[in-house]
Amino acid sequence: MIRSDRILGAVGLILGVAFIWGATLIETGFIVDALGPKSFPIIIGSVLVLGSGYVLVRPDPEPAWPALAGVLEILGAIVVLIGYALALEPVGFVISTAVAASLLSWRLGSSPLGGVLCGIGISVGIYVIFHLVLGLSLARGPLGF
Amino acid sequence: MELLDSLAQGFAVALTLENLGLALLGCFLGTIIGALPGLGPSNGVAILIPLAFTLGLPATPALILLTSVYYGCMYGGRISSILLNIPGDEPALMTTLDGYPLAKQGRAGEALALSGLASFVGSFFATIGVALFAPLLVKVALLFGPAEYFALFTLAFATLGGVSSKNQAKSAMAAALGLGIAMIGIDGSTGVYRFTFGNIHLLDGIDFLVAIVGLFAISEVFLFMEHKGAESAIGTRLDRITIPLATLKRTLGAMARGTGIGFIAGVLPGAGASLGSFVAYTIEKRTSDRQGTFGKGDVRGLAAPEAGNNASAGGALIPMLSLGVPGSGTTAVLLAMLLTLNITPGPLLFQRNPDVVWGLIAALFIANVMLLLMNIPLVGLFARVLQVPARILMPAVAMVSFVGIYGISGSTFELLLMIAFGVGGYVLRKLDVPLVPVILGILLGNQMEDNLRRALSISNGDWGILWGSPLAIGLWSFAVVGFVAPMIVGRMLRPRVPAAETADPD
Repeated sequence: MIRSDRILGAVGLILGVAFIWGATLIETGFIVDALGPKSFPIIIGSVLVLGSGYVLVRPDPEPAWPALAGVLEILGAIVVLIGYALALEPVGFVISTAVAASLLSWRLGSSPLGGVLCGIGISVGIYVIFHLVLGLSLARGPLGF
Repeated sequence: MELLDSLAQGFAVALTLENLGLALLGCFLGTIIGALPGLGPSNGVAILIPLAFTLGLPATPALILLTSVYYGCMYGGRISSILLNIPGDEPALMTTLDGYPLAKQGRAGEALALSGLASFVGSFFATIGVALFAPLLVKVALLFGPAEYFALFTLAFATLGGVSSKNQAKSAMAAALGLGIAMIGIDGSTGVYRFTFGNIHLLDGIDFLVAIVGLFAISEVFLFMEHKGAESAIGTRLDRITIPLATLKRTLGAMARGTGIGFIAGVLPGAGASLGSFVAYTIEKRTSDRQGTFGKGDVRGLAAPEAGNNASAGGALIPMLSLGVPGSGTTAVLLAMLLTLNITPGPLLFQRNPDVVWGLIAALFIANVMLLLMNIPLVGLFARVLQVPARILMPAVAMVSFVGIYGISGSTFELLLMIAFGVGGYVLRKLDVPLVPVILGILLGNQMEDNLRRALSISNGDWGILWGSPLAIGLWSFAVVGFVAPMIVGRMLRPRVPAAETADPD
């Protein structure tokens, strides 16, 4: 089993090197100051490389990762949130929020019916407080809410 | 005299109906946010910032609202510590040690009242400290040139990393990640594109509010998905909420010491409220624990850390206001708000916008009185809020985060970016990579680079200018000590966070 920290270190190392490489590719224009736009990113990349290198060589004890079921729950939540972000404008705030909040509430332990009620409650509650009372503009769907 | 004049001006600003209302709202929300396990000052304030903007609040009212939330959280954190043995936020961790045993002995009401009073003492004197010392630090700040500022920023990262993580290498990684993200977009001094990958959304750089809400609020939702079912319920019944005179006498010393220690811990860049309450408890235990009663329900062990965490919350505002370098996670979030409002903290803030500074300080005095009233007679109300289960709370948190970010950006791209930050924040938290240096890097990256480039322009490219003045040398040495010392004495100084990720960096 590969330690998580070794993966973290390796990813950080690659990211750091890529960042330094990316910095050397920055095209400079006519205006040039003493240091230029490349040096500071190169310093940052080097710090990342050094820190990641240390973590790669001397990893900490393994963190408590969730079991497969937990990972699936989190992936599910990510899908719900991405779907919500994409649906917000075409569908409108109230409906998309009610659906997303219901799903999240259900997965956090509500009964299916309880989840739906909770989702509608959150959606309508936010709509009333933030839109009707405070006048914040929320995403308007084809139905106007 | 000058001080009193300024304060009087401040009170004139703060005592309008609108500002009083915002302070009251902030105190109320803050106490709730602090009391709810899983929501603390930094994610609470992070969620509210975009909302404050979209509501179009000007600088002073917005700052009053959010700092009232910040102070309120410091009060609220103790409620769940005492009643449920779950710290409402990280600084309230030490409050569980003697607070929960007191509740189990049937003295929950007394413990809540006493800790409320200790919170008041801590933040009241710390606010006086802000009024006294922030203008003094501003005078020092006038001596700072670009080289000194660069050294100061490095110092902030070094000391912040030292206390926020067990592993300095991971703090360094976190800082580099944040700074790297700040580099995305158009370079301010030469106008060239950096790391934009041809994406038009990235030309302006990444909005730090998107990053903050993602890292703090959305990642919290994922953590709850992982350990769901941790429902809260209050078993203890609240008795009379009063403090016997004898208890008050016994704890005065503890409160005074806690306040002093907490304040100093708050002013030091990077230390923050968790360290303040931790050191306050440890020192109180060393001075007063003669019969071995600490940890079993000693009132002094409750008063000291509560005074300590509130005092450091106030203290942390000093470097944020006068130097623009935040002393803790939440002040970093508050700094984000000031920067978005185009207010740059530092000496110029005190000269150009004295109304903002003194209005804020006056509002904090007012908020403190409100909080004392809310947190002693009305504490039962907040205790009931703790019964809101995570399955309702967390979806609401996620949805409100979306509302806020959509409100400031109106763009789906920013929402997706926020989710990405949420996932990244979750993974980093699991791997014990601290998030505060990431935030600080995103916030300060461009200023840090500007100062470095300005310094080198002055010296025509000679790096020696960075350590060319005694002040700069002092800052660099402090930075080195701040980074290295925790590796040696780290285990003694750092608050021990229990296995559950209550990783809210105050």
